[in-house]
Amino acid sequence: MAEAALLRVENLQSWYGESHILHGVNFEVGKGEVVTLLGRNGAGKTTTLKSIQGMVARRTGSVVFEGQELIRQTSNAIARAGIALCPEERGIFASLNVRENLMLPPPVRPGGLGLAEIFELFPNLQERLSSQGTKLSGGEQQMLAIARILRTGAPLLMLDEPTEGLAPVIIEQIGMTIAKLKAKGFTILLVEQNFLFASKIADRYYVMEDGRIIDAFTAQSLKANMEKLHDYLGV
Amino acid sequence: MFQFMHYPPQLWFGQLSLGLINGSFYALLSLGLAVIFGMLNIVNFAHGAVYMLGAFCAWFLLNGFDIPYPVLVHGHLALASAHLPSHLNMWWALFLSPLFVGIFGMILQRTMLRRLDGLEPIYGLLLTFGLAAIIQGLLQNAYGSSGEPYDIPGVLSGGHNLGFMFLPNYRIFVVVASSIVCFGTWFAIERTRFGATLRAATENPKLVQAFGINVPLMITLTYGLGVAIAAFAGVLAAPIYQVNPTMGADLIVVVFAVVVIGGMGSILGSIISGYMLGLIEGVTKVIYPQASGVIVFVIMAVVLLMRPSGLFGRAS
Ligand SMILES: Nc1ncnc2c1ncn2[C@@H]1O[C@H](COP(=O)(O)OP(=O)(O)O)[C@@H](O)[C@H]1O
Ligand SMILES: [Mg+2]
Repeated sequence: MAEAALLRVENLQSWYGESHILHGVNFEVGKGEVVTLLGRNGAGKTTTLKSIQGMVARRTGSVVFEGQELIRQTSNAIARAGIALCPEERGIFASLNVRENLMLPPPVRPGGLGLAEIFELFPNLQERLSSQGTKLSGGEQQMLAIARILRTGAPLLMLDEPTEGLAPVIIEQIGMTIAKLKAKGFTILLVEQNFLFASKIADRYYVMEDGRIIDAFTAQSLKANMEKLHDYLGV
Repeated sequence: MFQFMHYPPQLWFGQLSLGLINGSFYALLSLGLAVIFGMLNIVNFAHGAVYMLGAFCAWFLLNGFDIPYPVLVHGHLALASAHLPSHLNMWWALFLSPLFVGIFGMILQRTMLRRLDGLEPIYGLLLTFGLAAIIQGLLQNAYGSSGEPYDIPGVLSGGHNLGFMFLPNYRIFVVVASSIVCFGTWFAIERTRFGATLRAATENPKLVQAFGINVPLMITLTYGLGVAIAAFAGVLAAPIYQVNPTMGADLIVVVFAVVVIGGMGSILGSIISGYMLGLIEGVTKVIYPQASGVIVFVIMAVVLLMRPSGLFGRAS
């Protein structure tokens, strides 16, 4: 990562009400990389993504994306700057059908995937376009949650535990999707508990604990550090 | 057994058409309340007042507006007024009055209601209740409580003799105009891109904003829309009930009962129960007139006992 990073997070701190959750998070993501945040439950991974997206009211530090400082921006401005989040709880809208869910996020730049490309990645969705969003299976909802941010043309996708609670076949399909997205030039910041899944697609890893980044690995150095990792993640 | 069939048909049709008129106003007002409640989580107690403002606005557009200004008379401060003439009839008012009152509503939302974000809904109810009292009080002070007549355009006067009853053209117009606005609003919310965004923002405003949508602006527009529909109803009501500072306060209590029956926040529910309850009131006026003033509240009590979330509401 010699050239300037696409996303640079420095000394990011955030709070929910009075509780101080992030205590100075530092990391960066290069253009076209798949970077994974690892860490136990409650380490602050989701909060990190939400803070980058501007969804945590009180946050300080610096989030620079494509050279632009976003820490003081509102979440809609951050989305328009080109960052899109697929939230942990998926956030499929019950009062919208699948098509409306898919079309909800407005395009923020040219270069987003067209509907044909999206249906190629997720054929299931095409058959269920007029179903109520929350009537889909868990796996289909996850695909919908990913699909809808691909349309927008945002170059940085943040995926929060996309494999959580899904069957192995579907996990595999999502893994293949992420690989295809990477090939298309998207940059991906992934949060995962499923280390095995992450290890197949990530270029680099950061490990979080108690609201801080405590370690970093590249895919190449992974094998040599396996023991340390097991220790961090308690697996 | 079918004793009620012995009432003369003129009475039936007369009361049912009046019921449909009242139902039109119930539907328009409860629709606006539902839209506002869904998006802002505020029970807009000012809804009756903005309905009344809509009627007054129509009256000003037709008769001109007196602008008060302070003057010194023998060293004492007094109020004088300048007359701003205007002769815009109802066709103009149906468009301009919702526009002006809608803008007024958006200013209220931006300057006051927005500050209640994140507080219990009771605060919004109290604030809008106070605003309603102020608006109504100011107009009562200026125009008294006797009511001002409002003339309808020539084309809408007169009526048709159907043989069994005389049907005034204006009643037909009110029912058609309110149905169009109700259907249009329903369509805009349930079947368009903008409506999908609105529904999504009602469910999860934070996430919708994080997709790049300016949710605070949508909230303001939604409040403006709900208020504008009430003002539209006020214009339609002006020739029927006269333009009176208390016209909204009288109506809003029944409308709240309608909203509760339909299910708080349900668009379709508020429209259907609005028309339905107007008709039920009409039927009651024929067969047991003494109960016509309370029938809506009796139905509300029964609905609350059997289905607390309302006929069309989603149980939470
Ligand atoms: N909305 C919230 N309000 C208060 N505390 C929260 C909220 N969300 C998360 N937390 C707390 O913040 C910490 C980090 O949570 P989170 O970012 O969700 O962790 P992770 O995604 O790594 O499992 C946890 O201790 C959690 O209890
Ligand atoms: Mg999490």
